[in-house]
Amino acid sequence: MTTIAPEQTEQAQETWSGQSVPRKEDRRLVQGQGVFVDDVKRHGMGFLHFVRSPYAHAHITSIDVSAAEQHPGVYGTLTGEEVAALTDPFFQIASVPGANVKDYALAVGKVRFVGEPVVAVVAETREAARDASELVEVEYEPLDAITDARHAQDDGTPTIHEDAGGNLMWHGVYEWGDLDAAFAEADKVVKIDELHFHRFNSTPLECDGALVEYNRGMGQWTITTNNQFPGFAIIMMGPAMKVGLDKLRFVTQDIGGGFGNKITSHPQLVACCLLARKLNRPIQWTEWRTDFHMSMSHGNERWFHETEVAVKNDGTLLGFRTKALDDAGAYLRYEPLGGVIWAQVTPGMYKWKNIRVDFTQVATNKAPVSPNRGYSRMQHLWFTERIIDIVAQELDLDPVEIRKRNYVRVDDMPYTTPNGCVYDSGDYAKMLDIALELVDYPSLEAKRADAKARGKLLGLGIGSTLDSGTNNFAQSRMINPELQFSGNNEVATVKLDIFGEIVVTLGTTPQGQGHETTAAQVVADILKCSVDDVFVRAGHDSYWNSHAGFSGTYASQFAVTGLSAVKGATEMLRGEIFKLAGAVFGGVPAEALELADGGIRIKESPEAFLPFMACGAIINANNAGLPEDLGVTLNCRYVYRPPFEVPDVEKKYGNLTLTYATQIHAAVIEIDPETGSYDIVDYAAVDDCGKRINPQIVEGQVMGATAQALGAATHEQFAYDEDGNLLTPNFYDYHVPHALDMPPLQTGSVESPSPFTPLGTKGMGEGGGAGIHAVCSAVQDALRGHNGALVYDSCNPYHRVWEMLNDPAKGARVTVTGS
Amino acid sequence: MNATTERSITVTINGTTYEREVEARKLLIHFIRDDLDLTGSHIGCDTGNCGACSVIVDGTLVKSCMMLAVQADGATIESVEGLADGDELNALQQSFRDHHALQCGYCTPGMLMSATALLRANPHPSDDEIKKALQGNICRCTGYWNIFEAVKAAAE
Repeated sequence: MTTIAPEQTEQAQETWSGQSVPRKEDRRLVQGQGVFVDDVKRHGMGFLHFVRSPYAHAHITSIDVSAAEQHPGVYGTLTGEEVAALTDPFFQIASVPGANVKDYALAVGKVRFVGEPVVAVVAETREAARDASELVEVEYEPLDAITDARHAQDDGTPTIHEDAGGNLMWHGVYEWGDLDAAFAEADKVVKIDELHFHRFNSTPLECDGALVEYNRGMGQWTITTNNQFPGFAIIMMGPAMKVGLDKLRFVTQDIGGGFGNKITSHPQLVACCLLARKLNRPIQWTEWRTDFHMSMSHGNERWFHETEVAVKNDGTLLGFRTKALDDAGAYLRYEPLGGVIWAQVTPGMYKWKNIRVDFTQVATNKAPVSPNRGYSRMQHLWFTERIIDIVAQELDLDPVEIRKRNYVRVDDMPYTTPNGCVYDSGDYAKMLDIALELVDYPSLEAKRADAKARGKLLGLGIGSTLDSGTNNFAQSRMINPELQFSGNNEVATVKLDIFGEIVVTLGTTPQGQGHETTAAQVVADILKCSVDDVFVRAGHDSYWNSHAGFSGTYASQFAVTGLSAVKGATEMLRGEIFKLAGAVFGGVPAEALELADGGIRIKESPEAFLPFMACGAIINANNAGLPEDLGVTLNCRYVYRPPFEVPDVEKKYGNLTLTYATQIHAAVIEIDPETGSYDIVDYAAVDDCGKRINPQIVEGQVMGATAQALGAATHEQFAYDEDGNLLTPNFYDYHVPHALDMPPLQTGSVESPSPFTPLGTKGMGEGGGAGIHAVCSAVQDALRGHNGALVYDSCNPYHRVWEMLNDPAKGARVTVTGS
Repeated sequence: MNATTERSITVTINGTTYEREVEARKLLIHFIRDDLDLTGSHIGCDTGNCGACSVIVDGTLVKSCMMLAVQADGATIESVEGLADGDELNALQQSFRDHHALQCGYCTPGMLMSATALLRANPHPSDDEIKKALQGNICRCTGYWNIFEAVKAAAE
């Protein structure tokens, strides 16, 4: 493994930030002392098991739980009928028609995908709950299933949600610039009939789960869970359960991976809450692997139809138009936000000015889609990269040159996109050069010839992506103008405790991103102490005062929102320490004081030293005689609010995210033309996420995102048969990469600090699916010298490559007009 | 106690001997986690693919979701909780930390046990031998590169 380090910007003094400080989290995790949700136990708890639908689409004609309830060890059950009586349907983000969808914790009257929870059974043991589940009698009247979004709106197609009046969930047209002028100016118009981004997700190793306790006297639930976006879950659950939000306390310690897939567990959590109240005992729910695959948070499957690209003969891109079709699955649990999130990266990394996207989202009888690492932007960035490579091939241009010709340039930064987003900083061409250098680009043709001599087809692929981070939630108004969300926020508290401990609480729900460590680095720099002196509480508790409406860990934002909150709170605390010391020293002004060695002292007479322990003790336990108006608590809370405006909803114009981390990947592959199998023989990932607080953690995120992308590009698919049965419901059929699958990896990095964030950081971690784009690009490059097949799908397992090797018509269908 | 559905078993885990009555169908991993409260070993797949539940049973690396608790009667078992010497991390644990070989930490206990079994049987493994020894353990966070580096460094 090779690493190219960024060019260092000289720092005035040694700081904790910028160093690969060993993670605080690791000590417990390598000893098996992490506390994950399934590790938490309570006296008398009952284990919940869901009875799930075997049909993709069916009316429920009857449910009989009597035999199950009489099974030894069973505590009780919950049915959809009870849920409908006790709760309101979940609030819908969509405008009409999606707004009319009725979604409950359990199926009510009808099932809409295989694996949908129909009845919940609670018993003394996991085994008894499963046994009893088999005794639940459910009668169904099966209906035809829709599994191909392209036919969801055909005449005669069954309607999945009658209340929505059809299978259209959301439709919107985005148009910026002057398309007619762009196409009139173009030398060539490249038309791409259809492209397909497949359905998969990141399959965190720990499935969803919860331990839910009900406090009857207070009418309050404590939900120990691995949900990664409590801010969202609470606002979905409270109104449905008709309770105030403070009645839902969310607690988390360690989470075994999330990747966006653990945002939408609110229906299952409501079932747990209702049962905890009904049965008067703690409810433990741990999802089985097959349950997760069948029902949780698939990534958005998307088609791009009738794409037209306006381009000059020299490769200058003028604009494109396309019809995007998104498959939401059976319910809108976070959707149709995917219908706007992509717009954060509308032009990809390129300077085309004229863009039209006609976006449609439909329901199908498949698992609901929800955020998955790179959510919605990954699909769109894959599309823009596909365009680039297809145009390059059709116009006989070099894939490197066409990228460099059209990339937003370093001297264009900050760059305003056609839809009003502001790319904060970055040097894409330089990053591409580093990536190419890492894969030894100058010797590419010699390697291609060498591969050919060995009977192999060699291809180089590039994936250029943006990891847009820190959402402006006002973009949801482009989906539904009635919504009252905008901006973003995150909270941290920092206090000096009675014995001088520095204690930090975060509003985030880390799943391996090392928040305890990076937060401590920021605090230690401000308070001039060691990271070892900073105690960051693990996980999340919405009863700490560090919970806000958008609290959670999602969408590449901790390094901006979370750490800016930490910075703000720590600076407040520092100010209070100065104020207190000034008073204790008898009216010494702040300018005459300085922090050092875990305390505060007078600059001119350093022996006048007040350790943090004394500060904490004075305020908390020894405060007689302090000035009445001192205004010091040594317990500081800061809410970071990024600088956003509400976009122009009519024109769909405005800044949708604060930062744009960048990744450029280069892949070299060798295809065996006999079989279609291929090996990645060289791979480089170059990252720019602005100021890096902990480079080792950043690189770990880059590696993880790369591995997930390579798995998705080559194997991972949530494939369904025509009856709506999931064909990949476990890790036998859903092949995620193993240690032997990993190619050699070389990493590089550039640091372009964000001018818009307090620490110069950018959110990162999603990687924008760069590996998927790079592999698709490499497969196409390898085929370019064979039969010129154009890569059509984001997933290219060996059999699909073999098909393209033998018939270029199996690839994308493209026509070029103009001269 | 019904002799066909329940049995009394004795196992020694990390030096402590436990005697418990268990359902005959209970998986070893559920016994370790639920009955003995040793929650360091995890469950990720239910099908023997992911290795998060890996422990060493009588010297042999085992995915404990693929074995019944009653089959472990009389066995000596090692799990992640037994690796450190008090608060002192062993060389492999320290190497995982130094090389950022873990993120969420959910697969880590199983990874550590697989690597422990490898290094005991083969103290100087080749690169390929390390990868083969880890191929039964799924990690979704790291891409394995740093895990490989950590095991390699610990071997050296």
